[in-house]
Amino acid sequence: MSVEYNKENPMPVPTRYFDYEGYWKGIDENKLTLQKCGDCGAWCHQPQPMCPDCHSIERKWEEVSGKGTVYSWVTYHESQEPSFKAPYSVVLVELEEGMRLISNLVDVKPDEIEIGMKVEVVFDKIMDEITLPKFKKV
Amino acid sequence: MFDQYVARRYRTDLRPDPETYLIKDKTAVVGVGQTEFSKGSGRSTVQLACEAIKAAVTDAGLKMSDIDGLMKYTQDPNDEHTLIDALGIENLNYFGELNHGGGACTPSIMHAAVAVATGVAKYVVCYRSLNQYSDMRYGRRGMAMAAMTKPMSRNGNDGLIAPYGLTSPVSWVAMFARRYMYMYGATREHLGWVSISIRKMAQNNPDAIFYGKPMTMEDYLNIRMIVEPFCLYDCCIDVDGAVAIIVTTAERAKDLKQTPAIILGATQATASDGVMMTSYHRPRIERIPESWYAGEELWRVTGVTPKDIDVCQLYDAFSVLVPAQLEEYGFCGEGEGADFCWEGKRIGIDGELPLNTSGSLLSEAYIHGMNLIVEAVRQIRGTSVNQVKDVELSMSTAGLGVPTGAIIFRR
Repeated sequence: MSVEYNKENPMPVPTRYFDYEGYWKGIDENKLTLQKCGDCGAWCHQPQPMCPDCHSIERKWEEVSGKGTVYSWVTYHESQEPSFKAPYSVVLVELEEGMRLISNLVDVKPDEIEIGMKVEVVFDKIMDEITLPKFKKV
Repeated sequence: MFDQYVARRYRTDLRPDPETYLIKDKTAVVGVGQTEFSKGSGRSTVQLACEAIKAAVTDAGLKMSDIDGLMKYTQDPNDEHTLIDALGIENLNYFGELNHGGGACTPSIMHAAVAVATGVAKYVVCYRSLNQYSDMRYGRRGMAMAAMTKPMSRNGNDGLIAPYGLTSPVSWVAMFARRYMYMYGATREHLGWVSISIRKMAQNNPDAIFYGKPMTMEDYLNIRMIVEPFCLYDCCIDVDGAVAIIVTTAERAKDLKQTPAIILGATQATASDGVMMTSYHRPRIERIPESWYAGEELWRVTGVTPKDIDVCQLYDAFSVLVPAQLEEYGFCGEGEGADFCWEGKRIGIDGELPLNTSGSLLSEAYIHGMNLIVEAVRQIRGTSVNQVKDVELSMSTAGLGVPTGAIIFRR
């Protein structure tokens, strides 16, 4: 695993904000679902309360391929939050559909990470209340 | 051309019109003041603010009772009541606050200029006061964890970033830096030259935290990594301190004590797909479209070009932001910023564009950009510790990764 958690100091459960509801519901079913405009069909990511292109408030959530490449990445050498044990890396993945997600890689060491590396989504249940979409090397 | 890949919705029909741009040549900075910059002030942020404002009022040759306007940062912990009570000011005609951390620095001056140019206020104080070292420390103390668990948090995006451990400003900008380095072939040595050149400036500035502590490339490459690709010396210095700046009309400035720094132009800018320091959904994240917009409008309303600028203070919370802004503001071409800073010659005192002449955020103090504006004013007055010869135009920019701005002063 790329990130080791500190069990004595578990991270709090993120709030499921209105505009992100479909994203979290998807994760409950181990699906990566992102927002699309219900009228013009444009992807809206990050999720928005209104389509910035056609100003519709109709939104839908659609499953994406989960396939992408590493677009950028960083490695924490000092942990600044007690929930995470350093060193650990955080990646920015660009999905095939063009949207980008912050995530962690699983089973990849920091010195193996490269921009352009092909990855695929996996779901990591890090504690009872939190499952996170992460990515593995393909 | 540029806007097509930098941002999605640039509208040239919404640009400010130079014909009706009222603050140009009509407004000025007439007083500046600051406390010492330290790692532990031992006093409240209200007191620091009062001391800096008193110093600025004295510097301008005004009385405290002349002050009728106040611009503060949303992130500043003090409120107007507490502050004006302590200062003995009865009534403010104009006050407001600006969000977005360091993105508020030059925009504060712009808002003050708008207030005095329109006659809403006569003398407006802009300030920033913080116990950043002894109290706040961005990126620590559960800041990101708290943000993602706010009830119906303003920014639902925190829940898509913080759970992966991307929790601090240094990491947010490091993600940008990695991409910048990848796209343009910039190396750690390139970033090192930025930090080293700025540290050199601080060696003449007794107020700077890194005064008396010069740095070599070896020092830079050997210091510990914080969030790769950033080491400690790529990051600005958390300090305690305060800075205050007084704005009035150019007409009133004639009767005051100091050589006024006349405002030639000031702009503010946002861009689409903006998220606080994590605008990763843009077509290309290695660009800073807010800065490009702020620059485009600034050149347009002032009628000057990057070549006309004699000295510039670029907001440098992190080293990589210096080359990136050189490109966005048009001081060099796309991808040329890192080479521009190589060995520091072109950005040194005798270079074609002397940069960050006080030591700035990386080596003087992180007062959220306000200290950069003071240095820009000193360069107009001729009182900088690293004074550039015959300065006609002095520029300063605001925080990055957030809505930003820039300002040009003239003699």
